[in-house]
Amino acid sequence: MREEVIVRVGAKVLAPFIITFGLYVHFHGDYSPGGGFQAGVILAAAIALLALVYGLDAVQKVVTPRFVRACAALGVIIFAGVGVVTMVLGHNYLGYNALAHDPEHGQHYGILGVELGVLVTVFGVMVTVFYLFAGRRRRKQ
Amino acid sequence: MSAHLPILQVVVPLLAAPFCLFLKRGRAAWGLAVLASWAALAIALALLGQVMQEGVLSYAIGDWAPPIGIEYRVDVVNAWVLVIVSGIGAVVAPYAMASIEREVEAGRIPLFYAAYLLCLSGLLGITITGDMFNVFVFLEISSLSAYALIALGQARRALTSAFRYLIMGSVGATFIVIGIGLLYVMTGSLNMADLAQLLPEVWDSRTVKVAYGFLAVGFCLKLALFPLHLWLPNAYTYAPSAVTAFMASTATKVAVYMLLRFFLTVFGAPFSFDVMALDRVLLPLALVAIASMSLVAIFQVNVKRLLAYSSVAQIGYMILGLSFATVTGLTATLLHLFNHALMKGALFMAMGCVMYRIGSVHINAMAGLGRRMPWTMAAFVAGGLSLVGVPLTVGFVSKWYLILGALERGWWPVAILVLLTSLLALVYIWRVVEAAYFRDFPGDESTREAPWTLLGPTWALVALNLYFGIDAGRTVEIARQAAEVLMAGIGP
Repeated sequence: MREEVIVRVGAKVLAPFIITFGLYVHFHGDYSPGGGFQAGVILAAAIALLALVYGLDAVQKVVTPRFVRACAALGVIIFAGVGVVTMVLGHNYLGYNALAHDPEHGQHYGILGVELGVLVTVFGVMVTVFYLFAGRRRRKQ
Repeated sequence: MSAHLPILQVVVPLLAAPFCLFLKRGRAAWGLAVLASWAALAIALALLGQVMQEGVLSYAIGDWAPPIGIEYRVDVVNAWVLVIVSGIGAVVAPYAMASIEREVEAGRIPLFYAAYLLCLSGLLGITITGDMFNVFVFLEISSLSAYALIALGQARRALTSAFRYLIMGSVGATFIVIGIGLLYVMTGSLNMADLAQLLPEVWDSRTVKVAYGFLAVGFCLKLALFPLHLWLPNAYTYAPSAVTAFMASTATKVAVYMLLRFFLTVFGAPFSFDVMALDRVLLPLALVAIASMSLVAIFQVNVKRLLAYSSVAQIGYMILGLSFATVTGLTATLLHLFNHALMKGALFMAMGCVMYRIGSVHINAMAGLGRRMPWTMAAFVAGGLSLVGVPLTVGFVSKWYLILGALERGWWPVAILVLLTSLLALVYIWRVVEAAYFRDFPGDESTREAPWTLLGPTWALVALNLYFGIDAGRTVEIARQAAEVLMAGIGP
């Protein structure tokens, strides 16, 4: 597949749109179906597409295994951190009303925040799993 | 700040876990794990103190009032279990440093502490939450991290035993979530206190009874009640020593707590005992577990496996207390949760010391070790005496209340069986003692005592074994209060 010009160019063109769509699914998640989990999987799919076409090594130079593993941990920190922030602001854990004067906005920011945590972790774990399976045969040799 | 203690109990270890991954040096991750687990213990003790003074604590997550939102609800029962779990977590964490550096490759050590803290926060979460679905979520957090912890063992068989545990654990978790789903269908609520009010109206429906059955099998798989214990011996044998000490003293205890919480608080004692005959189902299983697993333990040559089979037998004692369906019986169950955590923790940690020095826990490899590693083997003997139930140890207190419960019901044969099986425990502990003290040491002359970083936590647990064996007033009082809360229920 690496020699096919159409596939290579197609993947290169598609990848940014896939990533944009992933972010759309995340930020529009509170009005339409979607959310952090789905968005994370879509972002990971963009990485997987590039890895299939350009090879694992090329992609891992840009999106390093260490980076995706850090993402997996970072997402949990974001999620739990939102809760800690609301607690510091004097509300209960994950009481999003603390985040803005208008409770409606507070709920909005809060849910976007925790879903961002979900997005980052799901992206990190999905890509890590993909890397592990994709790199299996190579390590055996 | 004290109003937020219920959520901090879970969030502190949960938030510390991902930070462990960012720390490249194993020692730094260890330091964070020790701090987080000690903080968890401090919070659990503070919660127990608050509950004893003020009664039930309720915390509404996200400011959503229960039963709509997720509620964390602390009463004497789960405050007690929180102290057990976080206490063991706080003792094993400092112990883990030397033990894990010996048994796990350096690059994976931060991952180990991340998984350890996740497992701890999962177990604490199951215990503290008042929401049924939340129980399932935390159950998965603790189980998944437990599979990873077991798979870190040195032997290749650690992988297969972790996989086996994964299969059995997932079946158990699935059964539990099916039961929770059926209850939700019938009542439209996931809040435990709310369910306790709603369920009596639909007691007669077959759906509720089926839900009860699914939950019973799921919990019994998780707590390794005979004959659903098959995942346990290998998992405990091949896991790293620190993991075995932690899991043996916490995971099955939390599963017992889940069973008590669901069947006595949510369904209520009248439904469990009068309608579903829970006591008559559990009694024979508990008796068979105690007798058969103690016998199997006698014939083991790997001491960790011996102790694992003994754990299955000890779980039988806890379930036996429940099957008396009396306050005294439940007191014995709740006491034994605490006491067994102390004794098995001490015994498995002593085995970790042996593993550290001679790299094996085979009974023949331990010949003559009593003179080479006097403190380690003395800790093993003290823990063993506690397991047998010798006076002045915590084991005696548990057995005392168990026998009291049996006599209260007039079940003489059960009381005699408890005494006889204690003798079986004496036999399998004696086999190790005989090897360690009455055989010549064939091995390397340079074998020395384990370092104090391992001995310190081990002896801390041994000291607690003796302290609460001599001064049992406090623990018995809390356990009795918790048993009364459970038997009274919160239904209408």
